[in-house]
Amino acid sequence: MTEHTHKQFDTDMEAIRSGVLTMGGMVETQLSRAIQLLEQEQEESGLIDIVAADEQSINRMQVEMDQQCSQIIAKRQPAAIDLRMVLTVTKIVNDLERIGDETKKVAYKASQTRGHQRLAQVRYYDVARAGERAKEMLQLALDSFARLDPNLAADVVDIDEEIDAAFSSVMRQLISYMMEDPRTISTALEIVFIAKSIERIGDHAKNIAEAVVQVVKGIDVRHATADQIRAEVAEE
Amino acid sequence: MNETGLMTRPTAAASTLPPSTPKMTIKSLDFFYGKFQGLKDINLEIAERRVTAFIGPSGCGKSTLLRTLNRMYSLYPGQRATGEIRFNGQNILDAGVDLNMLRAKVGMVFQKPTPFPMSIYDNIAFGVRLYENLGQREMDERVEWALTKAAMWDEAKDKLKQSGMALSGGQQQRLCIARAVSVKPDVLLLDEPTSALDPISTAKIEELITELKVDYTIAIVTHNMQQAARVSDYTAYMYLGELIEFGETDQLFLKPKRKETEDYITGRFG
Repeated sequence: MTEHTHKQFDTDMEAIRSGVLTMGGMVETQLSRAIQLLEQEQEESGLIDIVAADEQSINRMQVEMDQQCSQIIAKRQPAAIDLRMVLTVTKIVNDLERIGDETKKVAYKASQTRGHQRLAQVRYYDVARAGERAKEMLQLALDSFARLDPNLAADVVDIDEEIDAAFSSVMRQLISYMMEDPRTISTALEIVFIAKSIERIGDHAKNIAEAVVQVVKGIDVRHATADQIRAEVAEE
Repeated sequence: MNETGLMTRPTAAASTLPPSTPKMTIKSLDFFYGKFQGLKDINLEIAERRVTAFIGPSGCGKSTLLRTLNRMYSLYPGQRATGEIRFNGQNILDAGVDLNMLRAKVGMVFQKPTPFPMSIYDNIAFGVRLYENLGQREMDERVEWALTKAAMWDEAKDKLKQSGMALSGGQQQRLCIARAVSVKPDVLLLDEPTSALDPISTAKIEELITELKVDYTIAIVTHNMQQAARVSDYTAYMYLGELIEFGETDQLFLKPKRKETEDYITGRFG
């Protein structure tokens, strides 16, 4: 992209772009830590506090980024691709902050569900695996933003469908356990919440990838299927 | 959870503009200042009762194009246009066109307010008298009507005998718009009508443009891109005498089709 006549405009735009990547990196790290907590049979001491602190930093970053976007709109009246970028950044920042919230929930619930033998398979294997997939989704979405590559959006949507399916499968398994043995109910419910948070993280990552298509192509692919997105991105 | 496969996908309306018939149709228009070609093969339709904005860097030909629409260039020797501009069933570039009638039907307002050195009343009555023979009462009504149309009546009604030159810049410009409107034209050409005005006067003129398009077809040249975005229905981006992109304003400022347009409206030009 050619440079703006106002060099400061370029600097401002670059600041919000790299801000998203920094914030994305923070969320990725936090999510990795939460998944680690989910996979550990023995809780690593202090890790949960780090995840909570991560969430605080992410919240601060959200407020700062929104401020920067407001400033650009007020001072520069961005149009076309610049406008789409600024609007998209505010949305992505919001999604990242929500992922941070969900990740903190996963970390806390992970501590509360540790050690229940009957549910170990679901918790340590199925749910943790869905968490790994959600992390890959987030990485892919951030990658598509970093490279402004709209072609990754459809892949992200594919993984989202996989996570949605995994969530349904976890639900079915947990319901069976709860019916068989009512003593598992309270722990199983907590695991449901973990799975739900992971499913939400996937949705937010999907939003990010779809937003990139909006920036690059100027088309709205929200609520579209992966195949529809592939077809529309390939156009022109 | 995502269940998009089961639902119809919501989409934003592609076009927000109801269809309109073309008021002026420009075909293969070339324009020459002596040997220099100022416009190159312009093809464009100016939609009836809509605002069409022309944007582009200085010297791109947007004012030249506006000046062909009422043959203003014919005042200057050595300037000529070829091609076709169809308006009310005739090609206005034809030799036999009655230029006075054309300019009554296609009124123009310039960058700097150009009130005549006479009273506010006479500023308006002067033009009307050239085309129509009205009695005193009818003329009074016409002056009031024109000033009302230009959102000037309340400010001017108590000082109709005062000189038009004594008004503020914004008021002078609205007086000029009233003068253009007074002869009941079909089309209004506005050549950077607010570039010499303060933000409040500018906002009043922009508001006025929105009101006037109910009755008139408007073409506006502006250096202020946000103004084009605010007031126009269609926008034409011109560069070096060529029409680079023409389309609905809502579309053009969000997702222009041409990279040149995007560079210009996002401030990446030159």
